[in-house]
Amino acid sequence: MQNPQLTNDGELKHLLSIEGLPKRILNQILDTAESFVGVAEREVKKVPLLRGKTVCNLFFENSTRTRTTFEIAAKRLSADVITLNVSTSSQSKGETILDTIDNLTAMHADMFVVRHAQSGAAHMIAKHVAPHISVINAGDGRHAHPTQGLLDVFTIRKYKPEMHNLRVAIVGDVLHSRVARSEIHALTTLGVPEVRVIAPKTLLPQDVEKLGVHVFHDMKEGLKDVDVVMMLRLQNERMAGAMLPSSQEYFKTYGLTPEKLALAKPDAIVMHPGPMNRGVEIDSAVADGSQSVILPQVTYGIAVRMAVMSILAGN
Amino acid sequence: MKIHIKNGHLIDPKNGIDAKQDLYIAAGKIASIGKVPEGFVANQTIDATDLIIIPGLVDLSARLREPGFEHKATLESEMLAAAAGGVTSLACPPDTDPVLDEPGLVEMLKHRAKQLNQAHVYPLGALTHQLAGKEITEMCELSEAGCVGFSQADVAIKDTQVLWRAMQYAATFGFTVWLRPEEPYLAKDGVAHDGEVAARLGLKGIPTAAETLAIASILRIAKETGAKVHLCRLSTSEGVEMVRAAKKTGQQVTCDVSANHLHLTDFDIGYFDANTHLKPPVRSQRDKTALSNGLADGTIDAICSDHTPVDDDAKLYPFAEAEAGATGLELLLPLTLKWAEDNKLKLSDAIKHITQVPANILGVAAGDLSVNASADVCVFDPKKYWKIEPKALLSQGKNTPFLGLELAGKVKYTLVNGHVVHG
Amino acid sequence: MNLPNAETLFETLTERIKPVINANTAIVGIHSGGAWLAERLLPILGKDLKHGILDVSFYRDDFNERGLHSETKPSQIPFDVQDKHILLIDDVFYTGRTIRAAMNELFDYGRPASITLAVLVNRGGRELPIAPQISAFDTELADSQNLQLLRHENGTFYFTLEENT
Repeated sequence: MQNPQLTNDGELKHLLSIEGLPKRILNQILDTAESFVGVAEREVKKVPLLRGKTVCNLFFENSTRTRTTFEIAAKRLSADVITLNVSTSSQSKGETILDTIDNLTAMHADMFVVRHAQSGAAHMIAKHVAPHISVINAGDGRHAHPTQGLLDVFTIRKYKPEMHNLRVAIVGDVLHSRVARSEIHALTTLGVPEVRVIAPKTLLPQDVEKLGVHVFHDMKEGLKDVDVVMMLRLQNERMAGAMLPSSQEYFKTYGLTPEKLALAKPDAIVMHPGPMNRGVEIDSAVADGSQSVILPQVTYGIAVRMAVMSILAGN
Repeated sequence: MKIHIKNGHLIDPKNGIDAKQDLYIAAGKIASIGKVPEGFVANQTIDATDLIIIPGLVDLSARLREPGFEHKATLESEMLAAAAGGVTSLACPPDTDPVLDEPGLVEMLKHRAKQLNQAHVYPLGALTHQLAGKEITEMCELSEAGCVGFSQADVAIKDTQVLWRAMQYAATFGFTVWLRPEEPYLAKDGVAHDGEVAARLGLKGIPTAAETLAIASILRIAKETGAKVHLCRLSTSEGVEMVRAAKKTGQQVTCDVSANHLHLTDFDIGYFDANTHLKPPVRSQRDKTALSNGLADGTIDAICSDHTPVDDDAKLYPFAEAEAGATGLELLLPLTLKWAEDNKLKLSDAIKHITQVPANILGVAAGDLSVNASADVCVFDPKKYWKIEPKALLSQGKNTPFLGLELAGKVKYTLVNGHVVHG
Repeated sequence: MNLPNAETLFETLTERIKPVINANTAIVGIHSGGAWLAERLLPILGKDLKHGILDVSFYRDDFNERGLHSETKPSQIPFDVQDKHILLIDDVFYTGRTIRAAMNELFDYGRPASITLAVLVNRGGRELPIAPQISAFDTELADSQNLQLLRHENGTFYFTLEENT
């Protein structure tokens, strides 16, 4: 089956998921992002690469944070940005997605950044866009959030350049997390030797170990000697779905506190895709502490998204 | 009308015929096989050189979408599809709109079908009113109107007490209860087999246990109430195992598998191909192999198409939101042939699963070419490959996971009651 | 034509550059040939001179045709461009488009007092009204010819001249 993300020459045409991308392409994105980090530190934070191009943010699922970082990234590339917040009422499904796409194409959109509540939405859109248009998946259901996965490994690479020697732990609701899936694929593709998931059974997908991870239910065991701790956000719905009894018990068993963090390597870094639920999955002392790289993640997120957009626009 | 079908290779599993034999039809019935009947002068001769003649296919599940879903498909289009697929008898599930829980609706459907003079339609009546799982239907009245069994389609009964009583009532009159085994709470909102593929794709899984728990309950209740049960669309290897064990104890149970599930696994979902969104979901390689073996050893009785045409837009949604189901009347034969070839089975062994055996399950006179049987015949070219594409299908539903593939087995002639409905 | 000796040209370039250096000069080499030259020039001209590297990938005018160069490196301008006399160094001056991109990028860092372009070889064929103020060697090459500056492992320079068919 032809990988829908790649052209016939194996270059990036869409960014839909990290799974299926060769290591070469991941490295290309990460290396290009290095150059964009410097741009953010200049007076003039723009480069003219996407001048004259139109990037359209199609957010079927609300998100101020992600949408804003994509907007900033596009604008720093000198692109014109349209943002469409399409609510997911029962009318705006199916036909409307594809009709919306057709209309935007007629308005000369060159790139779509898509976020949707259903897994596979970005793939579906990529299948139906005109040949010159690129699609970036900004999050589809539980399936993938590739730019988040990329900025996470970019961040890790910055603080822990020896990727082939690392132990990384992902903690929390892996079952419902597109961020976790993208992180797992990025880490395994780049050759990180040990990727751990730490969660109660109710928050892990069936056969998760087949994704190439070691499963831990005991956080104290799972954090031993890790170099990177990646925390996932816990949503309130999990209590309602009988997957967890309470956020208090969750914090006690799976929350990251200074005591638990001490079990990891002394120079371990702490990451979180945001937004954080302080006191639920992470203690404020850790979130604001010296080992936290949560704020740099955000900065790097813009550089990574600029890199993705540039590569796609140029291919 | 006297019809002579000559030079073909005739396979009739019930009567053990698998040889080059001519077929003679008169007054809508099979007159003779092999020997020319006395005084027979053919009005029409069909040359079946290099073709195979079998009883018209008996399909245990085909949604005709009438009444109520005419935007998806109509009786006219789907009966033509049946004819093109060599299907001469079919059972349709009760999940129409309105639901087939009133004798009047059943009569109307049968009348409409009869007028079209194509395949024989055998409706399955709703087991509970509106399929809601609360009140049982007038099964005797419905049976008189023409229902050959009672089903819940895809709507599981949540209240075990109701399920018990419905089966008990059906057992009183010897009616067969058709149930697709799926525990509704475990399957809720699930769209794919709960395993590695669903984990990767971020799709909500329906665990194997949803089927096995339901099979356990249904078989137990059937045993206690004495109900005859037909389990629809098995999908798990454990499920096959449970049916095997039940049959060994002598319990009266039959079951079917959809032709789709003989060929597909969850890997075929690929990049979220909505055409592979089916109920039950396509499962693992292990499950697929077990289904195939189960058919071969008789644990699974019949193959059906589970024909479920949807309108064009219905699949143009992200996987979970796409309407489940695949069009299938025209693929039942080629998919069965492919299954036989992949598993190195004799054609006659494979054919019985879509003719004689399903006819027995329906309890109707069909699925064989015995003398004086209704002349329902399918003549096909086993070597003719054809491409599965929208323009090649007569069904209004073009939704099939086999789009773009070339399959062998093209129906050349279909006869119902001794007249040609296709070809 | 005979390829000139790159090391000899480098010495010529050094002599021609020395007079324009002042306290407010900053040397900026264009990646990669210009950066190599700047790297060798720096100890000769004064180690304390402000210096940087430009990778013009994000300012090129052929992005739509050729896409992003597969090896973009970060530009490093670790000084304030404002009011500086920039000595821009490149290896081969041809169409002038690289310099156009370099100047646009430099101006996004700040407003220099002046820009002096010094190149090892001016091969003729400019397509824009841009020219080096300093060059070690001027010549006219055909469009089919490709002149490249390369570097041995020990850091010494040499040229290659290829004929494109």
